[in-house]
Formats: sequence, C-alpha cells, structure tokens
Amino acid sequence: MNLATAKTTRWLGRWLVLAAGTLAWQVWADWRHSAFFPPPSAIGAQMYHLWFSGPASYLSLTPSATGNILPSLARVAAGLGIAVAVGAPLGIAIGRSAAVSGYLDPLLHFGRSIPAVALVTVFIVLFKLGDQMEVAYIAFGTIWPILVNTIDGARTVDPLQVETARVFRLSAGQRLTKLIVPATMPKFFAGLRISLSLSLVLMVVAELTGSTDGIGYLINNASNSYEMTEVWAGIVLLGILGYGLNAALLGVEHHVLAWHRGARRLTN
Amino acid sequence: MTEYHRARALPWVRGLIGVAAFLLIAEVLSVTGVINRSALPPISTVLGQAVLLLGNAQFLGDLAATVEAWMAGLAITVAVGVPAGLVLGSVPGVRSATRAVVEFLRPIPPVALIPLVALVVGPGLRMNLTLVVYAAIWPVLFNTIYGLDDVDPVAKDTLRAFGFGRSDVIRRVCLPAAAPFIATGIRVASSIALIVSIATGILTGRIDGNGIGAFISDANTAGSINPALAAALWAGILGLALNALLLWAERRVLPWHHAYLEESEAAQ
Repeated sequence: MNLATAKTTRWLGRWLVLAAGTLAWQVWADWRHSAFFPPPSAIGAQMYHLWFSGPASYLSLTPSATGNILPSLARVAAGLGIAVAVGAPLGIAIGRSAAVSGYLDPLLHFGRSIPAVALVTVFIVLFKLGDQMEVAYIAFGTIWPILVNTIDGARTVDPLQVETARVFRLSAGQRLTKLIVPATMPKFFAGLRISLSLSLVLMVVAELTGSTDGIGYLINNASNSYEMTEVWAGIVLLGILGYGLNAALLGVEHHVLAWHRGARRLTN
Repeated sequence: MTEYHRARALPWVRGLIGVAAFLLIAEVLSVTGVINRSALPPISTVLGQAVLLLGNAQFLGDLAATVEAWMAGLAITVAVGVPAGLVLGSVPGVRSATRAVVEFLRPIPPVALIPLVALVVGPGLRMNLTLVVYAAIWPVLFNTIYGLDDVDPVAKDTLRAFGFGRSDVIRRVCLPAAAPFIATGIRVASSIALIVSIATGILTGRIDGNGIGAFISDANTAGSINPALAAALWAGILGLALNALLLWAERRVLPWHHAYLEESEAAQ
C-alpha cells in the first residue's frame, strides 16, 4: 500500500513537471508572440487539424496522417524487421565462432563507423527513390548495433554453462535454442533499443533527402514555407512516436527477459 | 614463433585476410557488373580517390573543420552534461521530476530539428554545434547519473561522518567513482557528435559551416559519387581514430580503473 502510494506520487510528480513546463511555455509564448516558438496550444491544435480530425471510419485520421505517418511507420517497421532477421542470426554465428569473428571483426568495426547518412545518395542511385530505397537504407543503418551487441552477447555466454550442456549431451540445436539464444537476448535487446532510435533518425534523413511523403517530408515542406507551427507539430509527433515505440519495446523486453531479471535479482 | 606470439598474431592475420577477401569480392562484383558501376564504383577506384583526397586542399580544410566542430561540440556537451548529470543524479526529486521531459526530448531525431534550428539559431557553425550538443548530451547525462547510482554508500557516509560537506563528498567520492561511467558516456557522445556534425553538413551543404559533410554535399550536388564515397571512407577512419584517442586518454586519466579491470579479467 505504502509502496503503491509512493509510486503514484512519483508518477504524478513526473507528469506534473511536464505539464508545468508546457504551461510556462504557453504563458511565455502568448506574451512574447515569438514567431519561432508558437504556444503549445497552437501546436496541439495544428496537430489535431492536420492529422486527427478525419472521419470516424478512419479512426479520425486525416488523409495527411494515413498518407504520411503510416508510410513512415511502415518503413521503420520493415527496415528494423530486416535488420533483426539478418543481424540476430548472423551475430550469433559470428559470436560463437572465434575464427569467423577473427576474419570479420575489422570489417565490422569499420562498417559501423562509416556514417550511414553519407551513403544515402548511394542508396538512392542503387534502389531509385521510393519505399524500397528507404527500407533498405534503414535496414543497413540499423543492423550495426544489433549485430555488434548480438556478437558480444553470443561470445560471452558462460563457458561453464556451455560445458554443462555438452556433458548432458544436449545436441547442437538444443544448445542453441535452450542456452545460447536466451543468454544472448539481454545484449540483443540493448542493441535493438539503440537501433530503434537510430531508425527514426534514418527515416527522417531518407525523407528529407528524397521522398514525396512521410513525416520528414512534412517537416521539410513546412520549413520551406516558414510554417513554424507545422514544423513544431512534426517534431512533437516524432517525440511522441519515439516515446511510444521505446515504451512498446521496453514492454516486450520486460516480458521476454523476465527470467533474466529474476536470475540477476534486478528490481523493476 | 612461440605459442604465445602465434596466439597474439592470429587475430591480426585473420583480420587482414578478412579485409583482403572483402576487397577482392567487392572488386569482382563490380567489375563483372553484378553491382551497378554507376551507382557504386569499384572499391579500387574509391580507395584510389581516398588517397588522392589527401592532396586536396579543400578536403583537408573540411577535415580540419570537422575535427574542430567535433572538439567544440564535445567540449560543450561535457561542460553541460556532467554538471547536469551530477544534479539529476544526486537530487532524487529533480531526477524523477525531469524524467518525463527527458524521455520525451530524447527520441526526437536531431536531423528532424535541422529546419527549426536553421531558422531559430541561424546559419554557421553555431547551428551545427546546437544540433551536435542536443544529440550528444544524452549518453553523458545518463552515464553520469548511472555512475552516481553506483557509488559505494559506505564511502559517502564515511565522509559525511567525518564532517565533510555535500560538495566535498561529490568531489572526493562521487566524481572519482563515477568517472569510468562518465568516460564511457563521453566516448559514446564523441561518435554521435562526429556523425551528427557530418550529417548536418550533408543535409544542409555549407550553410552550417565547412566540414566533411559539406564536402560530401558538394560532391552529391555535382553528381560525382566517387569523392563522396572517398570522403565517407575518411569519415569512418576519423571516427575510429577519435575513438582510439579517447580510449588512450581514458587509460591515462583513469589508470587505476583499467588496471583493476585487467586484473578482474585475468582472474576469470
């Protein structure tokens, strides 16, 4: 009971500060009439008007929302999906073999350190403008943290446990599914979380450089016509999406890694 | 060669073989036309161009400008991030109160802020630095906070029992104990700072000052993919070099930490 009250107070306090900050901004913006910092109420109204005032049959999404926000999210999902599907198995293979990781280590470190933004034009020429290029670009950029973390996780599986599994005559397949994959999971999720925030960056880069729809395209368009409130609406939307996606991933991680917290006696 | 030397040389040999194999495969794929040559020139051409860039005064100037922006950006990041982390980490109320604000700000991709920052801050290096600091401050901030969490409470209580004040406890116990965490945060921030500085240059051209990003942007505008790729290659090398530099500095500044680490690794 006491614990629950303390938790509620903390939660309330956290959101109260956010609300107070927003209110202070509102008062300041109303007073100064700054062209660059429109009041939150105007940003909120703009967001509602742009994206959430559509017909009920479309969950009140406007054509602008279904035509820009959904494609952006679909690209992120597809790009991240490919990065996970390729990066996780590859990472386990590399991490479990000293020889393979010896051959590939320098290449991986170098590939990771080349800024993906510098390669956006290469992707445009290779895949032409459009969804295919953006998905490939997001997949290429987000695979590195997943790969590097999975390699690290697979490499550092407790040798004693591997030996024990051998002694108990677990087949290679059983060792993989019952020991190595679960033991790699915490590191894999750490990498996936970095990749998730990276995917939003890459999505915006791809949409700023060459796209005819998407959230990045909207922001770029608004800034070209000096519509500051629309620029802010796009930025706030990205903040909300990032927060939501991160929270969703944390939820999945919490569920999948429940055994890990138990084993390490971590709270929360 | 003794057994010991052979074991130490093996990763190097394998790494070199891996790099050589990669270069060979990439070259063959390009020469035989599997990869479209106009999109991705043969790797030998890119490497040749990268060597040629070292004699290019414009590129060398841009390289120096990028290092300058990186240095200035990282300095501001540390000067703001560490004290802010100390406050958030040592005053529980402030920390939980600001959490919602931080969690909302953090996922906003820095590149999405380019249009806004361009209009609010104006062109020039300060635009680049604003974006760099915004992107790079999070790892410094969070690692400082996590570092403070990890301080031995007995050490703090001991100092308090001997009558030391709050600032003394922070200076004599908390900062040294959190230093390894902060150092790691600075290293992560360093690579983010470099990438964001270059990315901003690529997306805005010379509006945000000179740098490798502006060089790549110029090459992209001219439609010459070779110099752009060669510059991206140097950006990767620069990233590796700066990371090595910071690792070296970390070992110099915190010798006790690494000595301790190696000892515990040897014990395993």
